[in-house]
Amino acid sequence: MTGLKDIHQILRDPVAYGRRLKAEGRRVVGYFCSYTPEEIIHAAGAHPFRLFGTDEAIHLADAHLQAYCCSLVRGALEEALAGRLDFLDGAVFPHTCDSIQRLSDVWRMNVKGPFHLDVVLPVKLEGESARVYMTDVLQRFRMDLEARLGVTISKEALKEAVGTYSRIRRYLSRLYDIKSEDPGLISGSDLHAIVKSSMIVDRGRLLEILPGIVEDLEKRKGQGRVPGGKRLVLAGGLCNHPDVYRLVEGAGGVVVGDDLCTGSRYFEGIVEGKDDPVASIADRYRTRPPCPAKHAGLFTRAGRLVDIVREREARGVVFMLLKFCDPHAFDYPCLRETLDREGIPSLLLEVEDRLPSEGQFLTRLETFIEML
Amino acid sequence: MAQKNARPANLTREIPLFLLARVRKGLLRFRKQKKMKDIMTVYYLEAKSARVGGRKVAWITSGGPVEPLIAMNVIPVYPENHGAMIGASRMGAGLCELSESMGYSSDLCSYARSDIACATVNGGPIGGLPRPDMLVCCNNICGTVLKWYEVQARYFNVPLFIFDTPICHAGFGEEVRRYVRRQLDEYVLFLEEACGRKMDREHLATVGKLSLEAQRLWQAVLDTAINRPAPMSAFDAFFHLALIVTLRGTPEAVDYYRRLLERMKDRAARGIGVIADEKYRLLWDNIPVWHRTRWLSEKFASHHACLVADTYTSAWCGSVKYIDENRFFDSMAEAYTRIYLNIGVDEMARSVLAMVDKYGVDGIVMHSNRSCKPYSLGQYDIAKIVERERKIPSLIIEADMVDERSFSESQVATRIDAFMEMIKAAK
Repeated sequence: MTGLKDIHQILRDPVAYGRRLKAEGRRVVGYFCSYTPEEIIHAAGAHPFRLFGTDEAIHLADAHLQAYCCSLVRGALEEALAGRLDFLDGAVFPHTCDSIQRLSDVWRMNVKGPFHLDVVLPVKLEGESARVYMTDVLQRFRMDLEARLGVTISKEALKEAVGTYSRIRRYLSRLYDIKSEDPGLISGSDLHAIVKSSMIVDRGRLLEILPGIVEDLEKRKGQGRVPGGKRLVLAGGLCNHPDVYRLVEGAGGVVVGDDLCTGSRYFEGIVEGKDDPVASIADRYRTRPPCPAKHAGLFTRAGRLVDIVREREARGVVFMLLKFCDPHAFDYPCLRETLDREGIPSLLLEVEDRLPSEGQFLTRLETFIEML
Repeated sequence: MAQKNARPANLTREIPLFLLARVRKGLLRFRKQKKMKDIMTVYYLEAKSARVGGRKVAWITSGGPVEPLIAMNVIPVYPENHGAMIGASRMGAGLCELSESMGYSSDLCSYARSDIACATVNGGPIGGLPRPDMLVCCNNICGTVLKWYEVQARYFNVPLFIFDTPICHAGFGEEVRRYVRRQLDEYVLFLEEACGRKMDREHLATVGKLSLEAQRLWQAVLDTAINRPAPMSAFDAFFHLALIVTLRGTPEAVDYYRRLLERMKDRAARGIGVIADEKYRLLWDNIPVWHRTRWLSEKFASHHACLVADTYTSAWCGSVKYIDENRFFDSMAEAYTRIYLNIGVDEMARSVLAMVDKYGVDGIVMHSNRSCKPYSLGQYDIAKIVERERKIPSLIIEADMVDERSFSESQVATRIDAFMEMIKAAK
């Protein structure tokens, strides 16, 4: 799978990749969170590039954000202030949590150069007013983006972008199914790398890579059963989660599904059907599996998590909660209680942007997996 | 109308005596102010015995549109206000610990944590809040309230109305206006369904006028601190705030603030300051450290420093400029969306600069509040802007509004002393 090799190569240094695209004459638009309407950026002829924080130590961001702000937000600001994101033409901030909300302000006030755009989506996803506003605010984003990039975003380009993203989402969804059917065919780390890269790699290039990977895996179907690997679902709040897959597999488990922002929530829900592509995109954001910073019913997230566990025939759930991520921390007791009621065991791991000491982490995972 | 309903005399006969005693005791922080204590006692007793009076109770966020509730004769109850009471009675740590044992992270908002825990044990200073018939959550103050109210909607199994006010990072777009305005109609429908009767629009207009009047009076009260010496401080405002939060839209609030304004004007006219020998004037930013308000007040007073203004209590009158007296209901859309916390950090900084000028402020005291990210993230930038534009220093106090476990008295004392030395040297 040469495509996979490319993907790993790019993910080792996404910034270098972004710079290369820029040098090739592309316009690169950084964005946060899976609620950014990437399709519209793509339709504008620009390259949507997801920002994931930093692996570097945080110094510059400390002058702007307190330590009780999550590492994703502090890390992203650090990258920008250090000038490591100077290849960006702009940055897009979809409104989700309180920390991203303030990151948008602090960024606008301190990061000079790239344009800055907010997309203040509705927080509640139910009801007629929210339905109309979702479309309105995406139309506003389209106009704002046209102005910033000096382009016109045609309906045709939007339709084409919607088609491109639907194809990507279908491939990612297919890969998740393959992983669940035949967990040994592809490692969790590889699969996660593919999903993550779909937010970074040129989407045209991605559509050359993905079919090859899917085809290759389908050819080898039935050869990959992991004997004794206990099936697990990952859930929680790591927008940029570290490589937990290797550890899970080392501890005798295998991740067969997830409810993560950089996992299934990113690609689930297909936009189609409507003549107005912006209305189609709006529909997807209202109906796809929600982030806890959005409101889509009181039991939706818990119900969905149970469904994932059942559909994937998983034995347990591992929650990974990023420290200082409020929306996820608020949902956790309800999710855990629901799982308990359904007789589904779960384990909670609270993490900073990096995993805690590997030994300790592994012991907890092993104990949990053994118990299943 | 709310005021026509049974008042204290009836209530005290119908509710158990222990409840009265409990509520009175819980309101100890109002001990010096009989009038406020009486009003709040009646308010909480009325709310706790709402069913006796056949009235409904709605829990609502502190920045939420309360006027339609008042107009529908629904008793509004404020979990955040309750959180402040829990903090002031230093019951925060215990309740926060309880919530942690329920699985809530200790990094979450302490109002939410203590309220969520309190609901399960009817604990806290007044034996818990009355059970809600409905919840009204307006996210103009934070995203936390959304999650908190979801938790309580599940716990009490009651309808939840979310009034979604998009953050105004830079301006108030037409699509936002349409969205929020439309939700006002949805809100009225929600209330009509919950109460089983129609909204009396004329009455709502009256409530709106009273609300606006109370907000104007509240601003006038705060403005008396322009005087030197200031007849009141932010610490007094934290206390007098209770009514503009809980009872705006009622004649009681108007009456209370009218009297308070007269008293403050009189003190100002006679040159009576709230602290002895006021020499330095400071501005407070963020929610109070409820469990240390008196200590902080005395600490600053010992340096002859008066906190003459704050960004917190003024938030309940900061939107007056968007209210149209004759179209109150319509103008609520903008007024409730463009409140202090629901704007960009740069606009917040401009507000702070305006307050620095208006009240003649020598320095800023910022409470970096672990519980409140939308209020606290961005403070460092505001401090830098004020320092650059007005050449006045800032002090940042790390604390939490309710959870006293995040407070180091000796450390804060040292920092205040050092800060005051700087202010004195600059004068």
